[in-house]
Amino acid sequence: MSSARSRYENVVVTVPVTIPYVRHSTHGAHWFAARALRGLLDGSGLQKSQIDGLSLSSFTLGADTAVGLTQQLGLTLRWLDHVPMGGAAAMITLRRALRAVQSGDATVVACVGADTNQVDTFRTRMSVLSQFAQDAVVPYGGGGANGSFALLTAYYMQQFGARREDFGKLCVAQRENALRFPHALFKKPITLDEYLNARPIAEPLHLLDCVMPCAGAEAFLVMSRQHARHLGLRYVNVLATMERHNAFPEDPVQTRGGWALDRDELYAQAGIGPEDIDLVQTYDDYPVISLMQLEDLGFCAKGEGPEFVRRNTFTTDGSFPINTSGGQLSVGQAGAAGGFLGVTEAVRQVSGAPLGAVVDDARHALVSGFGMITYDRGLCCGAAILAREDA
Amino acid sequence: MTAPLQHDRFGNPEPPAGGPFLPPSERSRISLGLTAAAAIGRFALQVCRECRVWQYPPREMCGQCLSVLLDWEVQSGDGVLLCETALAHSTDPYFRERLPWRLGIVRLDCGPTAVVHLRADTPAAPAPVRVHAMLDRAGQGVLVAYPAMGTPDMLHDEQVREMTCDPKRRKILVTDGRSAVGQALVLALIVAQADQVWVGHAESTDLSRNLTELQTLPQVRVLPLDVTREESVKDAAATMGGQVDIVINTAELHYVQGGNLSSAQELAHAQMDVNYFGLLRLAQEFGPLMRSRAEKGQGNAVAWVNLLSVFALSSFPGRGEFSASKSAAHLFSQSLRAQMQPAGIRVVNVFPGPLDDEWNQNISLPKLGAAALAQAIVKSLREAVEDVYPGDVAQEWLARWRDNPKVLERELALGSRPV
Repeated sequence: MSSARSRYENVVVTVPVTIPYVRHSTHGAHWFAARALRGLLDGSGLQKSQIDGLSLSSFTLGADTAVGLTQQLGLTLRWLDHVPMGGAAAMITLRRALRAVQSGDATVVACVGADTNQVDTFRTRMSVLSQFAQDAVVPYGGGGANGSFALLTAYYMQQFGARREDFGKLCVAQRENALRFPHALFKKPITLDEYLNARPIAEPLHLLDCVMPCAGAEAFLVMSRQHARHLGLRYVNVLATMERHNAFPEDPVQTRGGWALDRDELYAQAGIGPEDIDLVQTYDDYPVISLMQLEDLGFCAKGEGPEFVRRNTFTTDGSFPINTSGGQLSVGQAGAAGGFLGVTEAVRQVSGAPLGAVVDDARHALVSGFGMITYDRGLCCGAAILAREDA
Repeated sequence: MTAPLQHDRFGNPEPPAGGPFLPPSERSRISLGLTAAAAIGRFALQVCRECRVWQYPPREMCGQCLSVLLDWEVQSGDGVLLCETALAHSTDPYFRERLPWRLGIVRLDCGPTAVVHLRADTPAAPAPVRVHAMLDRAGQGVLVAYPAMGTPDMLHDEQVREMTCDPKRRKILVTDGRSAVGQALVLALIVAQADQVWVGHAESTDLSRNLTELQTLPQVRVLPLDVTREESVKDAAATMGGQVDIVINTAELHYVQGGNLSSAQELAHAQMDVNYFGLLRLAQEFGPLMRSRAEKGQGNAVAWVNLLSVFALSSFPGRGEFSASKSAAHLFSQSLRAQMQPAGIRVVNVFPGPLDDEWNQNISLPKLGAAALAQAIVKSLREAVEDVYPGDVAQEWLARWRDNPKVLERELALGSRPV
C-alpha cells in the first residue's frame, strides 16, 4: 500500500541552461558538464562553493562517475547523485533533488545532463548497454535503438491503426517549433511529403522518425523559493512527479509505460487534471513514444493517440503545444541531456522566458521522460508537472 | 517466398575489403547455454526448477520467484510472430553488408518473448511460427523464426544460408574415399548438389571398384592423398586447397588387436598417425588456405568436418588405442575450431557409435550403416550445428555421458566383453 505523496513545499526549479549542441565533438562529456556548471553559476550569480549538491547523468564519461567529476570540477559537496537512467534521468534527478533540498540535505543542487558524441560513440556505447541487449538484441542485426523502436512502432500501428502520416504530423509540427529555437540543430522546415519519402532506416521508421545523436548539455538548479527570490531568479514550482520502472512486464510488446500506472496519483498530487496542462514536453526519441505518453498521461484513451493527433495541432500557437523547442527530433539528442531538454524548455516557458516561440499564458507544463531499452522495451518512465508561481 | 539459389558460375574473384566480418559474438557466460544447445541442434531455454516459469533472455535468477535454480530444457519453439521490421541501416559491419535484414518479436507459447531473425519465407506478422536455435557465423546460438508449416526450397533462404554450410553449389574434399563411409558420403554430397567433390585416395592402394565407378561422375575427381605423409597432404593442398569450401576428414584407422601389426605399440602408433596426426597435417596445410578465403559469397570456405567417434568421449574397453586417437583428434579439433572461428568457418565434429564395418563385427552394439552416417553428415551441414551424434547408440552414449561421465565409464567397464 502506497502512502499519499507529500507536496513539494518551498522548493523550486530555476536557471535552465542549454549548452549548444553539435553533431560531433572532440571534447569529452566532462567538457560539456563543466560548461553546464559554469552556465548555472553565471545564470544564478552563485559562487561554486555555494553549490553543495550535484546530480549528474551521462553515458560518455568513460570510467568516471559523478564522483570523479567532483574532483575535476573542484566541487566540495554534501549531496551527490549519479543517475544512469538515460531518457528518464532528468525526471529522476528532479525528484531526488527536490526532496534533498526540501529535507535540508542540500541547499543548492546542480542537475546536469551532459554527453559528448564522437564519430564512433553511438556504436561503441550500444554494445555495452546491458546483458540482455548484448545477449539477445545486438546479435539480431545491430540495428540499435532504431531496430527496437521499429518493432514497437510496427506493433503499435498494427494494434491501434496508426499511420505514418500521424507520426509525420508530429514531426512536422515540432520542426516548425524548432525554427524559432536558437539551439536546434535542424533549421530547415519539413513537409509531410518529405517525412514520408525520407529514406527507410528500419521499417516502418524512416530518417525523420529518428533522433540525431549529438553532443551537448542541459542543466538546471533546484533550491528553496526564498533562495531563488533572494537571487532575483525566475523559477517554477513543481506540483507533482512520478517515476516507475519495468511497468507492465506481462505486455508482450510495449504499448504503454509506467505513466499509465501512476498518472492518477500524479494529477491528484498536483491538484489539477490533464485539461489544465498548457504545454507538454514528451520524451520524443521516436514519435510513437510521444503518442504512448499522450495516452498514458491521460490526454486521450489508450489506442486513441492517432485520432488525437489527427484532431490537434502541436505548434506553440496550436491546440496542443508539444515539444515547443522542437524536441529532440529537431534539436538533437545529446545523450542523457535529451531528457533534460523538456525540463529546461518547460521551465523557460512557464517562467516567462522562452528562448524561441512562446506559448501564451503558459501556467502548467507537463514534462515526461522515458529511457533504457535494456532488452525489448523502455524500462524507466517519469513525469513532472511544473507550475507558474501564481498558478 | 524464397527464390531457388542461383548458380554462381564464376564465383566472386574480389572479396569485399576489410573482412571477414562476423555477427556480434560477445555473450554473457550464462547465455552460452543457448549456444551449447544450438550446437547439437536443440532449442533450449532456462526453466525454473521451482515454479516452472520459462525464462528469456538467459539470466541468473527466475524473474518470477527469484529461485536461482534454472535448468536448460528443450522447448518446442512454437509461438506467434507479433511484429517485425526490416533494417535498412545497421551499426554492425557484418549486417551492413547484408541489408535489408528482417527481424521480429515472437511470443513463445511457453511465455517469454524473444527478438528473432526472420527467414524470407516467414509470413508477415502476426503469424504462427516455430523458433529454432541455430549457430550463426560467429558460432553463437541465435534464434530464427521459421514458418509454422514448412515451405518448399526452405533451405535456401539467404539470411539462414549464412548460418548453414549447405553442400549445394559447394566444392568439397572428402579426404579418404577408400572406406564405405567415404564412398557413401561422396554419393550423398552429389545428391545434395555439391558442385565438385575431390576424393582422397592413398597412392599405396589400387582404386577399388566402387571408387572407379564414382570417378565416372562428372563432379568427382579422385586425388592422391595420404594423410600419413606430409608431402602428400602438401601436394593435395597445392592442387586444390585454394578452391575447397568444405573439408570432410573421413580418414580413419581402426585396428583391433590380432590384426596385421605385430605389437600393441605399433598398432597404437598406426592409429594415432591417421586419426590424430592425419588431422593435424590436414589442418596445417588446408587451415590457412581456407581461412584466407572465408569471405561472404557462394565461393567461400565455410566448414571443416571431422569424422570422430563416440568413443572419443569415453574409452570403449578393448578399443583403448582407437578411443585415445579419436579423443586426441577431438581435443585438437576444439583448438582448430577456435582458430577457424574468427574466419567464420565452422568445425563440425561427428561422433558416431560403432560403424557397420569390418572392425566392429565383434561388438554387440547396433551398428551405424555408411549411408546413414553420410546422410547425417550432409544434414549437419544443412543445419547450423557443430556437434553431431548420429544413430541411437551415439545418442544414448551422449545422454549417459552428459548425465555423469564417471558412471558411463563404470558402465562400459562392467559391460565390456573380451574382444
